[in-house]
Amino acid sequence: MSQFTSGFWDFYIGLITLVSIIACAVFLRMQSVRRVETKEGGTATTGHVWDETLTEYHHPLPRWWSWLFYLTVLFSLVYLVLYPGLGSWKGTLGWTQVGQLEAENARAEAKIGPLYQKFAALDVPALAKDAQAMATAQRLFLNHCAQCHASDGGGSRGFPNLTDKDWLWGGTPEAIKTTITDGRMGVMPPWGPALGEQGVKDVAHYVMSLSGMAADSIRVARGKPLYAQNCVACHGPEGKGNPALGAPNLTDKTWLHGAGEPVIIETITKGRNNQMPAHKNILTPEKIHLLTGYVYSLSQGQ
Amino acid sequence: MRTQDSAGGPAAAPSVRETAGSAVMDQPLYVAAAKIYPRAVHGWFAAWRWALVWATQLVFYGGPWLPWNERQAVLFDIAQRKFYIFALVFWPQDVIYLTVLLVISALSLFLFTAVAGRLWCGYACPQTVYTEIFLWIERRIEGDRNQRIRLDRGDWGARKLGLKAVKHAVWIALALWTGFTFVGYFTPIRELENSVLHFDVGPWATFWILFYGFATYGNAGWMREQVCKYMCPYARFQSAMFDRDTLIITYDGARGEPRGGRARGRDKGTLGDCVDCGICVQVCPTGIDIREGLQYECIGCAACIDGCDQVMDTMGYPRGLIRYSTQHALDNKLGVRDMWRRVFRPRILLYTAVLWGIIFAAAVALYIRIPLKVDIIRDRAAIAREVEGGLIENVYRVQLMNTRERARRFLLQAEGLPGLTLVGDRTLDVDGASARLVPVKLRVQPAQVTAGKHPITLTVQAEDDANVAVREKTIFIVR
Repeated sequence: MSQFTSGFWDFYIGLITLVSIIACAVFLRMQSVRRVETKEGGTATTGHVWDETLTEYHHPLPRWWSWLFYLTVLFSLVYLVLYPGLGSWKGTLGWTQVGQLEAENARAEAKIGPLYQKFAALDVPALAKDAQAMATAQRLFLNHCAQCHASDGGGSRGFPNLTDKDWLWGGTPEAIKTTITDGRMGVMPPWGPALGEQGVKDVAHYVMSLSGMAADSIRVARGKPLYAQNCVACHGPEGKGNPALGAPNLTDKTWLHGAGEPVIIETITKGRNNQMPAHKNILTPEKIHLLTGYVYSLSQGQ
Repeated sequence: MRTQDSAGGPAAAPSVRETAGSAVMDQPLYVAAAKIYPRAVHGWFAAWRWALVWATQLVFYGGPWLPWNERQAVLFDIAQRKFYIFALVFWPQDVIYLTVLLVISALSLFLFTAVAGRLWCGYACPQTVYTEIFLWIERRIEGDRNQRIRLDRGDWGARKLGLKAVKHAVWIALALWTGFTFVGYFTPIRELENSVLHFDVGPWATFWILFYGFATYGNAGWMREQVCKYMCPYARFQSAMFDRDTLIITYDGARGEPRGGRARGRDKGTLGDCVDCGICVQVCPTGIDIREGLQYECIGCAACIDGCDQVMDTMGYPRGLIRYSTQHALDNKLGVRDMWRRVFRPRILLYTAVLWGIIFAAAVALYIRIPLKVDIIRDRAAIAREVEGGLIENVYRVQLMNTRERARRFLLQAEGLPGLTLVGDRTLDVDGASARLVPVKLRVQPAQVTAGKHPITLTVQAEDDANVAVREKTIFIVR
């Protein structure tokens, strides 16, 4: 804010605050005494008369009540000395919102740090067998991963299933950790323009034949050379894929975007652009290590 | 109208302007509260108050020490969010029972106030109870009213200093014990006792022990009637629940006036029964004169009744110059039977009926409550997925809360769609008094269902007891 204002406004606001507080005390002091009318033989009234006959009894409050008022004045003055609030005065305690957040984070870290240190000391396969670690990891997974990969890690259309043995980028602990830390970009270019509608269909039938799906044998025969020409670079000559590029294995029954001719044709025609976001700026290395263990454990039961 | 203590007020010398029949003068709006020295009182109502002091304080101080199945019988574990009351364990989801308890308390308040005014204030309110205890200590150490007044007026000497020091030391000890007991309801009291003995109490427990102790010491030792007169909102709105058939503490002016002193056994002549001894004023914990009629300061403690009855006995007059009576009975000189008959008016009967209705409903609800809670959240982002064999699968997060204190095995079952199957483990073990979250997968054959969303039910049932079952509705999406 300082680029918008001059030092005058700090002074101005500070002055208004102080004058208001002191005015409150002065006003209270002035109002502690009131002219009261006492009728002979009657009770004292404040002298106010409403609606011709209504008067108010003079019932003084106990004096500690007014001390409470003065105490609030004193409190606000002490507060303004200790904490920021008076113009640009920083307060003698040096309190800031950011400082409080950092202190709270540090306290939380001091509490959970040892727990994560214990987990960090275990290697990933051992972590996957530790019940306490997996209970903690499940909460992390539900918070950070389940939105795309589903609560059970089974994924959904376009989001990989983490519970099977099929891995786009490799299922070793190291590969999983890299995936979580740096994210992944899985790009399949569109082949529609290059192959033409019939070409795409021919390649699709060839791809279907790779995993044993029913396919038109004529189209399979026509598609084979087109595949060898255009697809082997990523998916390999046998269609086994390439974990270095994130190219899927086409010979198994796992279909990220759905099985069936129409989906495969769509994929070849338009290509695919899949992204797993990087988590290195969101999660600490210890948490990523723990999540690696959890994701690794998901595929071990099968 | 109490006289103004102008000498102590900010206006040291009131300026007076005399006019015919009235005076206008500067008066302070805040005056030093005059200290009240209630005189000890014995009798029927004082005995009742002491009975309630004993009852409430035995429960309060003793409660946290009771064991129940290797845990504290009454423990409000805020950190774990579990609230143990003997066999019952309440979870935050059970907040409805707290609401019902508050409704019952409020209705009881309406009922008791409509019947006999500020019964709560006079006999059971912690402010009254602790003031009574602190007054008792004060009386043991400093003596009764007259000795206390004399002590306070006297010069500060070794004796006065000693008595005051002892009094405050005992007060503070009791207040700290009270604070300790209070904290013992929220953290296991035996562990707390250990840490107190080793000077190893955590910062929050220390704060609350000192804070609650300070509040007890300040309120019961120093503030006393000031709390009732100036702080308590309840004191002020109770008058809205009074009517002309509410039993209140009254002075029978027709019988008592004109008041005046007289020797015992002599003919009272034209005087009424009030001997103007002032006992009723001296015993009053709020320092009022009940003979001026019902006042907002009156907490309904009936100390003046006990005090006056003793004087009446001594004088040989019938008791009850000051007594529980109603406005109606006083105005129309009703007999006791007629007065009591009017007490059971429609308002009271209605309050009673509603109160018992709610208590009964709450008891039934507590009795049939099952120790299992289920919460189902459908995966939002992943709507439906196709798995091997072309089956459609939906994923749900099922939160199982076993509110019983022993571990239990639960069975899961889904229904509502043809061929709906639950994938994976159908049995789930949950530890005692704990929660477990499990992802649950449901599958259907796409040929057997239409696209769109379908209502289904998930049933969770305890393996050992078919009555402990929860049916939760959710939806299954096919696309």
